[in-house]
Amino acid sequence: MRHTLSRTAGAVTATGLLLTLSACGGGFADSTTPATQQSGPATLKLMIASSGGAELKAMQDAAAKWSAASGGSQAEVIAANDLPQQLSQGFAAGSPPDVFAVDATKFEGYADEMLPYGDSVSYKDDLYPTLRTTFTKNGKLYCVPKDFSTLALGINTDAWAAAGLTDNDVPKNWDQLKAVAQKLTTDGRAGLVFNNTRDRVGAFLVQAGGWPLDADQKKATADTPQNLQALTYVRDLLSSGVAKYPKQLGAGDSGEAFGQGKAAMSIDGNWMVGGLAKDHPDLKYRVVPLPAGPAGPGTLSFTQCWGIAAKSKFQAQAKQLVDALMEPQQELAFAKTFGVMPSRQSVRTQYQQDFPQQTAFLSGAESAHGPVTLTKMDPVLTDFDAQIQQLPGADPKQILTQLQTNTTAALGQ
Amino acid sequence: MVVPILMALWVSVSDWTGNGSPLSSRVHFVGADNYAALLTDPGLTQQNFATSVRNNAYFVLFVVPLQTALALLLAMMLNQRRLKGKQFFRTAFYFPTVTSSVAISVVFLFLFSSTGTVNAALGLFGVNGPSWFADPRGIFQLLLHGLGVTNPPQALAANSFMGLSWWDWLSGPSVAMCSIIVLVVWTSTGGFMLMFYAALQNLPPSVDEAALIDGAGPWQRFWRVTLPQLRPTLFLVLTLGLIGTWQVFDQVYVLSRGEPAKTTLTPAYLSYSTSFIGKEWGQGSAIAFLLFVVIVLFTLGQRWLLREKGE
Repeated sequence: MRHTLSRTAGAVTATGLLLTLSACGGGFADSTTPATQQSGPATLKLMIASSGGAELKAMQDAAAKWSAASGGSQAEVIAANDLPQQLSQGFAAGSPPDVFAVDATKFEGYADEMLPYGDSVSYKDDLYPTLRTTFTKNGKLYCVPKDFSTLALGINTDAWAAAGLTDNDVPKNWDQLKAVAQKLTTDGRAGLVFNNTRDRVGAFLVQAGGWPLDADQKKATADTPQNLQALTYVRDLLSSGVAKYPKQLGAGDSGEAFGQGKAAMSIDGNWMVGGLAKDHPDLKYRVVPLPAGPAGPGTLSFTQCWGIAAKSKFQAQAKQLVDALMEPQQELAFAKTFGVMPSRQSVRTQYQQDFPQQTAFLSGAESAHGPVTLTKMDPVLTDFDAQIQQLPGADPKQILTQLQTNTTAALGQ
Repeated sequence: MVVPILMALWVSVSDWTGNGSPLSSRVHFVGADNYAALLTDPGLTQQNFATSVRNNAYFVLFVVPLQTALALLLAMMLNQRRLKGKQFFRTAFYFPTVTSSVAISVVFLFLFSSTGTVNAALGLFGVNGPSWFADPRGIFQLLLHGLGVTNPPQALAANSFMGLSWWDWLSGPSVAMCSIIVLVVWTSTGGFMLMFYAALQNLPPSVDEAALIDGAGPWQRFWRVTLPQLRPTLFLVLTLGLIGTWQVFDQVYVLSRGEPAKTTLTPAYLSYSTSFIGKEWGQGSAIAFLLFVVIVLFTLGQRWLLREKGE
């Protein structure tokens, strides 16, 4: 029996080794070799993270329009259920989509697999500078931002009037924000609501002149007096009861709390306009820029770029597709369909005429700070969110000390 | 079958970031670095892994006994010879098991909302319900708080294991995790009920009748006659329960993504987010292998506990 077992084990091991070695054969090819380019008509794969049927259809229409004008090329639009997962599978297998949406928070994790084409586009200077900064690595613009959102302050105008507030009371700074939030707070309504995440609280850091990382994202700058000032202010808002997190109000997010009248003001992104129109069409509200902090105006930007796979065999055609998607009137069409803001400055005037409610969001383009783009920072920022969720109980100084330690470790300093 | 496991094992000792083949020349051997980051190197990685193990351990500790006992109880009820509507109850109890875990998770999101059905029901009894999926407080800490212990004892707060203070280790499952525990017990019980029911159906009635003739009451008959005969099924249910609960992922992915404050983070979800989002595939694979070790140890442990005394 023992002899038979050892023979079987030997056979299994040998088979395993043979299979592994055959897998190695294909694997050792140098994956940095550029893919051989093919000219002429191409069949491209375009992958997006679908936010709904409207976006998918808009993309399909835009792709079809480009196909018709391209002389034989086709573009298949793929709506990913989980874009990071599906992109990871594509890159690991060596067969990524030719063109794909890259969320800014994932950018540097994919940069090595992307063709850095941004500097060569004719409309580069037309793109908002803060958005270009987000997708620049080692001095190269890797990809063009396709659209963006910023944060602003929504104000329930009925609640505003009922509290005796006028246009002159619109908060311009932190002290005024707290004061009006206090006046707007009642038994059943919070003065201010925002989501318990760095994607909202981070705006206060920017307004105070702080941020967890330096401009090059090579050094941790979390534990600074500016960041502490911002987090302390946020804690004060929460502990005094004038600001609340959505779940404390029984709402899934700040847009829902604001729409249901459980909060008089809300810090949210420009997607709130479309969301409120659909879910709470009777709500009367206005949007103003976020109040400035000690260091001046500040907000956050959320954006995606059009990545082109370095391994694509149709890079020239992919660039043409991207150019078509970035055409000014096409950007306005996208804005109309699924509520993003165009990333090109040249359509600013027309966009503001078409969407006056978005003016406050668009005015944040100059002072918007992009997200951290390093994927290795993901667990650090998730931990930061976990700490933010524990405000006002948690100590801001301790939160920032921990963030500094974790960021330093993640950056490998 | 073997090659994917070997590939995963290689990834767990490499620095692969998910781009290109894990066997390409750009991927380097890093020895036990990935395991060290999870187990011995102080830092966020170790802390997150410890947090996920703690969360999942409480999950296992609560779910396995509850679902096993409940499944057996329901099976015993179904096995009553004079029970009317047996077919209906069997279907009703089994229904949650065959329903999509994603669909049920979404329904639970509404049930356990701050203003949802559960809190409305608690309100009828004068209880002010918590924000279930937003509440990161451990229930053991809440109990202590109710007894007047408002600050963590110094000995527990000041000492830590794997980057987590003993106060955090002993916090109990969070309120949010309790919601997931309720969900999973409810959905898993039906399947295990069927296993017990099938086993009960196969028991020879003569043994039970002999005990009845000898004057044994219902309680005695259950513990001394029925339960010993169910030992193999009990072993199967506990083993499947242990394996399934340590691998909990669906409900965390849909309901909470590890929040609030990482109190519903589990090793399976941590492996996913570390790999696909953090792109630290080496660590993600290492978590999967460590989870495998934990499951094997627990299975061997309960096998030893339930061994036949006379064997």
